[in-house]
Amino acid sequence: MLSLILKRILSTFVVMAVVAVFVFGMLHFSPGDPAAIIAGDLATNEDIERIREKLGLNRPLHEQFVRWTSNVLVGDLGTSIFSDLPVSNLIAQRIEPTVALTLTTMIFSVCIAVPIGIVAAWRSGSLLDRAVMGFAVFGFSMPVFVFAYILIWIFAAKLKLLPVMGYTSIFDDPVQFFRGIIMPTIALGVTYIALIARITRASMLEAINQDYIRTAHAKGLAIAPILFRHALRNASVPIVTTIGIGIALLIGGVVVTESVFAIPGLGRLTVDAILRRDYPVIQGVILIFSGVYVLINLAIDIFYTVLDPRIRY
Amino acid sequence: MSAVATADAVPAGRVRRAARWLWRRPIVLAGLILIGSMVVLALASPIFATHDPIRLNPTQRLKPPSAEHWFGTDQLGRDVYSRVVYGSQISLLVGFSVAFLSTVLGLAIGLVTGFVRKLDAVIMRIMDGLMAIPSILLAIALISLSKSSVENVIIAITIPEVPRMVRLVRSVVLTLREQLFVDAAVSLGAGLPRILALHIMPNTIAPLIVQATYVCASAIIIEAILSFLGAGTPPDIPSWGNIMAEGRTYVMIAFWILLFPGIFLTLVVLGVNLLGDGLRDTLDPRLRRSARNL
Repeated sequence: MLSLILKRILSTFVVMAVVAVFVFGMLHFSPGDPAAIIAGDLATNEDIERIREKLGLNRPLHEQFVRWTSNVLVGDLGTSIFSDLPVSNLIAQRIEPTVALTLTTMIFSVCIAVPIGIVAAWRSGSLLDRAVMGFAVFGFSMPVFVFAYILIWIFAAKLKLLPVMGYTSIFDDPVQFFRGIIMPTIALGVTYIALIARITRASMLEAINQDYIRTAHAKGLAIAPILFRHALRNASVPIVTTIGIGIALLIGGVVVTESVFAIPGLGRLTVDAILRRDYPVIQGVILIFSGVYVLINLAIDIFYTVLDPRIRY
Repeated sequence: MSAVATADAVPAGRVRRAARWLWRRPIVLAGLILIGSMVVLALASPIFATHDPIRLNPTQRLKPPSAEHWFGTDQLGRDVYSRVVYGSQISLLVGFSVAFLSTVLGLAIGLVTGFVRKLDAVIMRIMDGLMAIPSILLAIALISLSKSSVENVIIAITIPEVPRMVRLVRSVVLTLREQLFVDAAVSLGAGLPRILALHIMPNTIAPLIVQATYVCASAIIIEAILSFLGAGTPPDIPSWGNIMAEGRTYVMIAFWILLFPGIFLTLVVLGVNLLGDGLRDTLDPRLRRSARNL
């Protein structure tokens, strides 16, 4: 088992190394002069030269790469071209709202999706099941920002129940925090809920058709313990794996959701950086997001290798 | 050759059989109808549009839907309905192009990696790395490094989709290469290109078509997101994402600018997803939409 875990950790290093090379290479292998692209259309030659100097683009490629990688490894993600602040500081400043929104969305989504997935599998073929599956297809089809604006229009413009935009830290004012985070959470959660509900239904269906479930029925066990203790436990590997992999979906959605609801998090930082072509910030954010994504999935895989004796890959 | 000849000889029978096949699959039918209407809308935009989509009309700013302006007007007095009609062109162009390009690339790379052991490890590690970057972020980063144009949007959305296609093709190839008919072909002296083209590739078509529909759906969404964030299709082109981006400031007073492009966007993606689900159930029931295909 130990060698499995070590192998898995090792492959994570490889993946992150490829990500790093890619993030570094994107700037250098893109068509055209990277310094000119970053400087924008209105830049003078001096501007371009200044950026080239600042990013070290005038040095040989391998030297730049070694320098950049060794800096990243000690947590130095470079300096923002726009604000002249270290990228790691910018990220640290913006991380709280993003973590808060991602966590509320994950909790909210799992609490909704897993139960409806279970019920859909238990009553498969029923109207309820069809409704859940219909919702799942719909959830995949409606882009985050479309749903977000429909929520804003209903709850902020028409009913005036919730604040339209902005973010209050939970440490400053918990009530305002929850009022403000409700709509972003629902908007961001829809696709994630669709995804988890679908996989829950599929893997529960498979579990429910097993012999041991029939045995449990036969010995007179009530429905709830059969579903939760026997079926869900055995169906949980794909569900938890999907929750982990679906985080990629959340990260993409966070960028959009924060932009719609004017939440000052990493997503907004990313969008602002793109519009300003602040490439060191873009690089930093991509590295952080991908790193977190890869680490969470590593943790989930290790967790299951330890817990579930059936997993041997 | 003979199949084509029979098809030409009795077209009526074929059409009727196809129609009956479709009739028994209402989901595929609904998807096809949605996509079909959007294609008609995109191809015949000048016929459907009631106004010039980019003509400003300062006296008619932010007017709610009416008989004259079916979907209302935006902050510059442009007709939202006509803009939405023309917006279908960009969405479909991007969706179909990305689906096509990523399928071709995925097929080419996947066939090679599946059969050439030495390349397999290297290419798959690169693909794993690419897949670790959330696709919207990767597309955004690629866009930020290029000039804003529809072609660049297509390329930026295609690159993150390729690894998923490669994985799919490779997994099919890996199971196929152990099959007896491949051994038979090898022992008959068939070369690698011949085996790939005649024996392996046809078997990848069904799962690839299904996957391509999902890629198409997500490409349409990502294009809208990129445009909405201001990093996509050039702002002077009325794509649905652009229309919504311009209308976002007016969400409280002129919701129609956001609502109608949003509805069309959802409908076309829904159509593609329905078609994909229907095809998957028919062509390859083993292929389930999992998070890996997102």
